[in-house]
This record gives sequence, structure tokens and C-alpha cells, in this order.
Amino acid sequence: MLDKNGIAKRIAKEVKDGYYVNLGIGIPTLVANFVRDDISVEFQSENGVLGMGPFPFEGEEDADIINAGKQTITTLPGASFFDSALSFGMIRGKHVHLTILGAMEVAENGDIANWKIPGKMVKGMGGAMDLVASAENIIVAMMHTNRAGKSKLLKRCTLPLTGVGCVKKIVTNLAVLEVTPDGFKLLERAPGVSVEEIEKATEGKLVVNGEIPEMNI
Amino acid sequence: MINKKVADVTEALKGVENGMTFMLGGFGLCGIPENAIAELVRLGIKDITCISNNAGVDDFGLGLLLQKHQIKKMISSYVGENDEFERQMLSGELEVELTPQGTLAEKCRAAQSGFPAFYTPAGYGTEVAEGKETREFDGKMYVLEPAFKADFSFVKAWKGDEAGNLIFKGTARNFNPCMCGAANITVAEVEELLPAGSLDPNEIHIPGIFVQRIFQGEKFEKRIEQRTVRQKS
Repeated sequence: MLDKNGIAKRIAKEVKDGYYVNLGIGIPTLVANFVRDDISVEFQSENGVLGMGPFPFEGEEDADIINAGKQTITTLPGASFFDSALSFGMIRGKHVHLTILGAMEVAENGDIANWKIPGKMVKGMGGAMDLVASAENIIVAMMHTNRAGKSKLLKRCTLPLTGVGCVKKIVTNLAVLEVTPDGFKLLERAPGVSVEEIEKATEGKLVVNGEIPEMNI
Repeated sequence: MINKKVADVTEALKGVENGMTFMLGGFGLCGIPENAIAELVRLGIKDITCISNNAGVDDFGLGLLLQKHQIKKMISSYVGENDEFERQMLSGELEVELTPQGTLAEKCRAAQSGFPAFYTPAGYGTEVAEGKETREFDGKMYVLEPAFKADFSFVKAWKGDEAGNLIFKGTARNFNPCMCGAANITVAEVEELLPAGSLDPNEIHIPGIFVQRIFQGEKFEKRIEQRTVRQKS
């Protein structure tokens, strides 16, 4: 089974040379730590920066330079700042190659819910609805089950949707899965996790074809 | 040169009234019009509708107006950092219209540029699109979103000149440029107000035509919401 860093490490392998990548808050933010350093990648933060770098050293924080999680950041050579309309123009116009975000629920048809629990938690969708509606390549990073042990990979989402039919790939603490017309296709198992364990933790339809390899991370 | 300079925040906010709709720049606490917010608190203007990506935190930014119950309605994309906000929303004291962030920015930009509405894929198939016109283009579904209408825009820039030209810094730019000229009156507060001619015209982000009033902010606290650092190894 993977921890959050393990999930991020596996997703980092999906980041290819020349990609502009948008990272969501939480596990996705960790992905930047594991991207190979022999490829050229730029991270976009939708509040208005391309070419995000690591967190600043103590004493070098700048209140005017933050990421979408409102954390202080630095920029790398080649970075740029821009306004919110242009930022979402990059996203809507499909100039960003890969979007990695978290989710509360994903359905076997690619629907995603991650912004609201009616009556309990209403923080808002931020940029998530724009991102999932436009990105061609969306990877969801999340735990396979919620805190109550219930599956987050469902037949249909029960929470208010963020987007419809948009998720392509999911990396959890247990598995890598692809959303296909037949259901969640199991691509890889996390180290030490059996197909049976994944089946048990998946409420939606799981498609298992032949031997499922263990992740190589 | 058409001079947009006003003496102070009091003169800059002349004409604000109860029940008006205001746009306020900023993302989180980054690039917010601190001085205009402080003046709105001082004036005690009530029943305000605020168009702002976030709602501040409990004791800063728009949180200051929420504390005093001056806000009737918020139009935002993310309000997760404010307990008082969540309380007022869940209890029904505060009306909230959650809008996808890119749509929010574009609704400002549309108002600025004279578009009555635009189609966006964001929110299609979700509750955000309920009751809205949808249309298919090249096999993909889009939602029609109208431009905002507002009485005042309050924006914050790094440098400005008396002609109202603005330059922003870092990610404090965010929604500020999109809100300039998107309301009947745009009020810009700047960290440094310079005589016309001091800024290189090549480096202006927002031309003064979009700004009606500009003033030097008295104080910018620039609070950091999530101070995050790494250790020197």
C-alpha cells in the first residue's frame, strides 16, 4: 500500500518532457517533488503563475508570490505572472497538458465530485470545474477509500458533481486505474496489494484483464 | 493627461451606498484592496453584494466586512478559509453564489470588454449550470454565463501613475486587471503612486482608461495566509 508520497511518486511518472502541468491542492502538490530532473516541465498555478519553483527559504517569503493553496512559493528561470482570465484561458484553451487533482468521489463513467458535501462542507469549487471541463488529460490522486472505509470509486457519484465524464486515470494508495466505457480498468497494483483487496475497496465496476503488474516506483 | 489621482481613500470611495454591488480584486489575501475594505468597514455600508474570488479570513480582508454583517451576498469561487463565512452561509444569514474560478474571472473580463455573455464548458452537468442556457459546439457542451454588472470595482496594484496606469506584482495581479473597467467606477489603490511619465508605457499592465480614481494606499499589511518555507540543507 502507498502513502501520499507514494501516490505522488507514481503520478510523477506520468509527467512527460515538455509538459505544462497544473497541480491541485493536497497530494497533487507533492508530485512536483518527484518529477525526473532530466526533463523540462513547467508547473502552472491557476492564481497566475507559470514556472513555479520550490517553497522559499525562511526569511525569503514574498506575500505577493503564492500558489493556488495560498502558500508562499518561488519562481524558476523562465517563469511568468498573469491575470486570472488569462490563466483560465490557458486551461480552457487546452494549453496546459496535464491536470492532477484530488477527489472525494469518482464514478466509473468518469464523473468527479470534490467541492461540496451538502449541509456539511461548502468550501467552493475554486478552479476545479474549469480544470476538469477543459483538460484533456486528468489524473485523480486520492485514497481508494474514505475515512469511514467506504469506497471512493463508485458506480455513480453521490455528492454534487464537479464535472461529468472527464477523469481518465486514477492513482490511489492501492492501484492505478483507467476509466473505460466498461468501468475502472485495473492497470497496476500498489506494492503488496492483491487484486482481491482492490476489488473489495472498489464499489464501481472493476475490469481485471489477465495478470496485473505491481507498480514500479 | 487625464488626471485620475484623488487625495485619499475617503475621496476615492465617494458615492458608495447601501445595497451596491462591488468587485474586489485579490486571491486569498494576496493583492486585496486593503484600504478600500477598511474604508467600507468605517463607513458602515450595508447590504453589499461582493464579487470576489475569496472571502478573506476571519479577521482580515472581506472577513472584516462579514464580522460587521455588512455583506448581503457573496459571489466567489472558494470560501474555505473563513469560519464566520461558513457559519453565516449555513445559517442562511448570507446569500452565496459559488462560481467556478475561471468563469468568475471571465464574467469580470466580459463586463470590462463589452461582452454581454459567453459560453464556457466549466460547470456543465453540475448544479452550477442549473437553469442556464446550454449549447453544443463541435460535440462538446457549454454553459452560457452572463457578464457581471457592478457599481464599483476596488483593485490593488503595485505601481500606478496619475493617469491611472497600473502595474501589478507577482501573483497579486490575479483578478485585479480583469476587474478594471468592469464596474461603473473603478478605484485603484497602489503601493506607489507616481507622476505621469514615470512608468514605461511598454510595461503598463492596465491602461488608465479603465481606472476612474487612483490613490496611494496609506498602509498595506500584506498578510500571508499560508507561510510555507523549506529548510536550508
